[in-house]
Amino acid sequence: MVEYVIEMLNIRKEFPGIVANDNITVQLKKGEIHALLGENGAGKSTLMNVLFGLYQPEQGEIRVKGKKVNITNPNIANELGIGMVHQHFMLVEPFTVTQNIVLGSEPTKKSGVIDIDRARKNIKEISDRYGLKVDPDAKISDISVGMQQRVEILKTLYRGAEVLIFDEPTAVLTPQEINELMDIMRSLVKEGKSIILITHKLKEIMEVCDSCTVIRKGKGIGTVDTFNTNVNELASLMVGREVNFNTVKTESHPKETVLKIENLVVKDSRKVDLVKGLNLEIHAGEIVGIAGVDGNGQSELIEAITGLTKSVSGKIELNNKNIMNKSPRKVTESGIGHIPQDRHRFGLVLDYSIGENMVLQTYYKKPYSKAKVLNYKEILNKAEKLIQEYDVRTPSVHTPARALSGGNQQKAIIGREVDRSPDLLIAAQPTRGLDVGAIEFIHKKLIEERDKGKAILLVSFELDEIINVSDRIAVMFDGKIVAEVKPEETNEQELGLLMAGSKVKAGESNVTE
Amino acid sequence: MKNRKFILLFALLLSLGIVLAACGGGSDEEETTDSTNSGDDAATEEGSSDYSIAMVTDQGGVDDKSFNQSAWEGMQAWGEEHGLSKGNGFNYAQSGSKADFMPNITRLVRDEYSLIFGTGFLLQEDIQKAAEQFSDTKFALVDAIVEAPNAVSVTFKEHEGSFLAGVAAASKTTTNKLGFVGGIDSPLINKFEAGFIAGAKSVNSEIEVDVQYAETFDDPSKGKLIASNMYSNDIDIIFHASGGTGNGVFNQAKDIKQNDPEREIWVIGVDRDQHEDGEINDQNVTLTSMIKRVDVAVQEVANMLANDQFPGGEILEFGIEEEGIAIAETNTEAMTEEIVNTVNEWQEKILNGEIEVPKTREELETFESSL
Amino acid sequence: MSQNKLFTVLVPIISVFLGLLAGAIIMLVSGFNPIEGYTALWNGAFGDSYTLGETIRRSTPYILTGLSIAFAFRTGLFNIGAEGQVIVGWLAAVWVGLAIDAPMYIHLPLAIIAAGIAGALWAFIPGILKAKLGVHEVIVTIMMNYIALFVTNDIIRNVLTDRQTTTEAIPASASLASDWLQSITLYSRVHYGILIALFAAVIMWFIIQRTTIGYELKSVGYNEHASRYAGMNVSKNIVLSMVIAGTFAGLAGAMEGLGTYGTISVMSGFPNMGFDGIAVALLGANTALGVVLAAFLFGALKEGAGEMPTGAGVPTELVDIIIALIIFFVASSYIIRWILLRFKKEGK
Repeated sequence: MVEYVIEMLNIRKEFPGIVANDNITVQLKKGEIHALLGENGAGKSTLMNVLFGLYQPEQGEIRVKGKKVNITNPNIANELGIGMVHQHFMLVEPFTVTQNIVLGSEPTKKSGVIDIDRARKNIKEISDRYGLKVDPDAKISDISVGMQQRVEILKTLYRGAEVLIFDEPTAVLTPQEINELMDIMRSLVKEGKSIILITHKLKEIMEVCDSCTVIRKGKGIGTVDTFNTNVNELASLMVGREVNFNTVKTESHPKETVLKIENLVVKDSRKVDLVKGLNLEIHAGEIVGIAGVDGNGQSELIEAITGLTKSVSGKIELNNKNIMNKSPRKVTESGIGHIPQDRHRFGLVLDYSIGENMVLQTYYKKPYSKAKVLNYKEILNKAEKLIQEYDVRTPSVHTPARALSGGNQQKAIIGREVDRSPDLLIAAQPTRGLDVGAIEFIHKKLIEERDKGKAILLVSFELDEIINVSDRIAVMFDGKIVAEVKPEETNEQELGLLMAGSKVKAGESNVTE
Repeated sequence: MKNRKFILLFALLLSLGIVLAACGGGSDEEETTDSTNSGDDAATEEGSSDYSIAMVTDQGGVDDKSFNQSAWEGMQAWGEEHGLSKGNGFNYAQSGSKADFMPNITRLVRDEYSLIFGTGFLLQEDIQKAAEQFSDTKFALVDAIVEAPNAVSVTFKEHEGSFLAGVAAASKTTTNKLGFVGGIDSPLINKFEAGFIAGAKSVNSEIEVDVQYAETFDDPSKGKLIASNMYSNDIDIIFHASGGTGNGVFNQAKDIKQNDPEREIWVIGVDRDQHEDGEINDQNVTLTSMIKRVDVAVQEVANMLANDQFPGGEILEFGIEEEGIAIAETNTEAMTEEIVNTVNEWQEKILNGEIEVPKTREELETFESSL
Repeated sequence: MSQNKLFTVLVPIISVFLGLLAGAIIMLVSGFNPIEGYTALWNGAFGDSYTLGETIRRSTPYILTGLSIAFAFRTGLFNIGAEGQVIVGWLAAVWVGLAIDAPMYIHLPLAIIAAGIAGALWAFIPGILKAKLGVHEVIVTIMMNYIALFVTNDIIRNVLTDRQTTTEAIPASASLASDWLQSITLYSRVHYGILIALFAAVIMWFIIQRTTIGYELKSVGYNEHASRYAGMNVSKNIVLSMVIAGTFAGLAGAMEGLGTYGTISVMSGFPNMGFDGIAVALLGANTALGVVLAAFLFGALKEGAGEMPTGAGVPTELVDIIIALIIFFVASSYIIRWILLRFKKEGK
């Protein structure tokens, strides 16, 4: 008889109009890493929120160590030893690690004063035991995203969690950080903790998980042991059809230069150089991928091209016309489309309907408006058309963009940008946080545009995306392009080294597996 | 758990509502007898007077310890005399802002009061308009001029009283520095200012008078601030002509006295005898008050009406001679006989026309140069 | 959907009811008859054509200041400066009314436009400071209120009059007052300004909902970054939003100057129309129709409140408390919505 620490049996959760969870069963063994796999909007988060006490299920029961429990709020979940590492960290930036961890359950001395020293010692101890390497006195605002995530992990451990729920933990991490996180998870289970990992990244599941429950459109599809399965099977279970992983594309036929950047220098708001004399050319009919660790000037480069940031010196030409330091509208009008990295901050006005978002750059043009008066009929027609064409799943064009899932938001943005048929399409992290189905779709669209003779600039921290999609890879390090390689002539290891600033060139590398 | 509490609360509120409705029904009967249709009741029940009077206050309100209150006191006294009670023969309507003046006046007209007082020059426009509109109602405006056959203007020779206040202050001061706190910088308050300075300089031309306007009649905190500045600049006597704002002047003086009972500082009150406002422990900071007998004027006008001698279209001017203006001598400790005598001397000079007290800043200039 | 609609009607009604209930409790505890009190309140606001006229008159500037604040809110700006914009608009309207001699069809529009421009100018300054230097508009607008108040007082005293506290009345050619409206409302001061206010509400709705200007303004209000990304000029939109908001508030000043009073007087404090406008805008959920309804509620409560002391003997101070409670409950309709939702869940 197997001992389960958590059992969620036949859980059903309804929201007005939809059934988010329909008869799902998840059973977590002690000391295992159990994946919860599903597309965006499949109902993974809802299920975990039920476990965490944020929602009450309409049907089904939850058992902890065999005993039936009624979890009506997160405090009860905490008492039962269930901790959640949220996707969006809940940390107070100006506070130190220790202050953040004790927040809400501060240890006090007899006098009622917070005993921060005891807390610090305690935290240090836990951190060492699981190899978290967290400095208890660092300020949250000073530490990296990966470190912040570890603080979240520490927080749950500090509160005595036996079962940790990780909600899409790798979405915000660099490849190196992901590896480190995997190690941490392994050491956690070694110490007797159990983990539920919510994800849609198949590779991670195969690498670290023991078993995996698949959810599709609210329904539990089944549980498989990872040593019995493979990536392709998992993917088709999740999506409900065969998924093609190898992006199909023909050879590129680069033509004339579309974008030409010379000696570009860009400073950030603190007057620090972030792009330091960068040179780059992109031709019509090719996809150039920029590989690099986050923070090496990629964002600033894109902002400079699109006019969101002023450049200090250098040259940016689009079709032989200067576009440097033009306003974003001029740049857009001269033929640049931009799928921004942060779709909530830049890509969409979340409180606008999806229809209104579809004309975010063109609302002032005919036929969407005339003499400054909007023509809603035309706008909605256009939106309907794009929603159809780009498979944006939304109840209606009037639904606020906020209500859509990440994948559908991204499809909407891509539809909007591609539809304007720009000569240069900049795609920054276009598949970040999306599931395989959506990723496949987006890659296909990018290649289609390339085949139409457009120039594409792809910026991504996912190396397999860069390698799969690009026709040419430019490695960016410390504000410069340090190497250009062909995707078929390189591998992740070589790219990883180049991204870290090692002076190896393609072909000279002799890194072995 | 939580849900239940809310249902409980809600149910409680609802049941309270029902109880209230029931209570309301019950007490209704008692109250109807004494508070509805005050105008009619007054006319029918009270044989002693066929007339009812009412007043519209300015922003100060009937408890402004100043002329609104004084007018209301006059009205109450008149009502008592004629066996009337509030809401039943006489009443007031308080104005929170300028926008309330006209609705208040109209309301009283429609409640069929026979004579409506507007207290304060701020009501000038509205009383004027109302007098034109409602020719069957009588109006009286205190402190400003209204031109209509059914309205009477009640003004005071404040400059004369202020002159005497200036004389008293000049005789009392040890620092030769006096302060004047005005309400709104306006011709009316300028009368106080001019009279006060003229009085003070007549006694001692070396005396300096610091003039400040609060620009409001109903903000004690501003009065307190100005007073605090003045007292810390060696000024030892402040004359305020600022209605409710002046309460702040009194409070500041009393605060100082509380901390330092030895310090010789004074306030000169206005409109009413503000003696009681100056009491602190067993001392009193009110040197004297420039009394403007609005109550006397109100009663007089009301009586004229009762005797069918309403002086419509006229301007009634109340001065020292008419006993509409006086100087308080309540604080005998501070207002020594010597000071009282000096004040009386100058009062004589005003009464016999020996001096013409200036009413404006221009007149004050000529007055000063003649000293 | 139908449930939502039911909610939008039900919630305000329950709010008003709870407010009245709380007011009734206060009256009862203080020994007054709540039914008499509320009868007086009702009569004071809608009792006859006079009070009705006065209620409309009082609501007129509230509509405009409410629109002003709501408009700025839609762009993510907090226009605390409506107060000052009202004052300068009032001054400008009366000034033009007094200084110019022209037939009505020129004079009146000119005076109204002057008020709008004055308000716009007063709001332009905080707008430009916010857009160019990032100075928070709340601070600047508050300061601008004081500047407006004292400068206006000084101009009344030293420029428009010879040290008087009230200007002469404007000639009929610049007046919004209407003998006809007055005669049918027993000489209330209701004036044609209400038409301007309602028209302004339509304009606000049109700009916000139907024009590219409104599209940009809302976009900037919702998400400044995405707006910049989409090529909108964020600075320009901030200034424009403030200027339009200021115009509305300036017009509110014209309502008082050309309609209600026909003069301008030295003010001892803020006339509070701008501050009340904040509550009106919030009550009206920052929409044009909502603002108009909220303004009438405010106008009716304030007008009716005057009747309570004389009609039912409830002291003025208590009336203020009761009115504040009613507004409080209406403004906190969120709580009621929440309770209703809870109820619904329980019922399931």
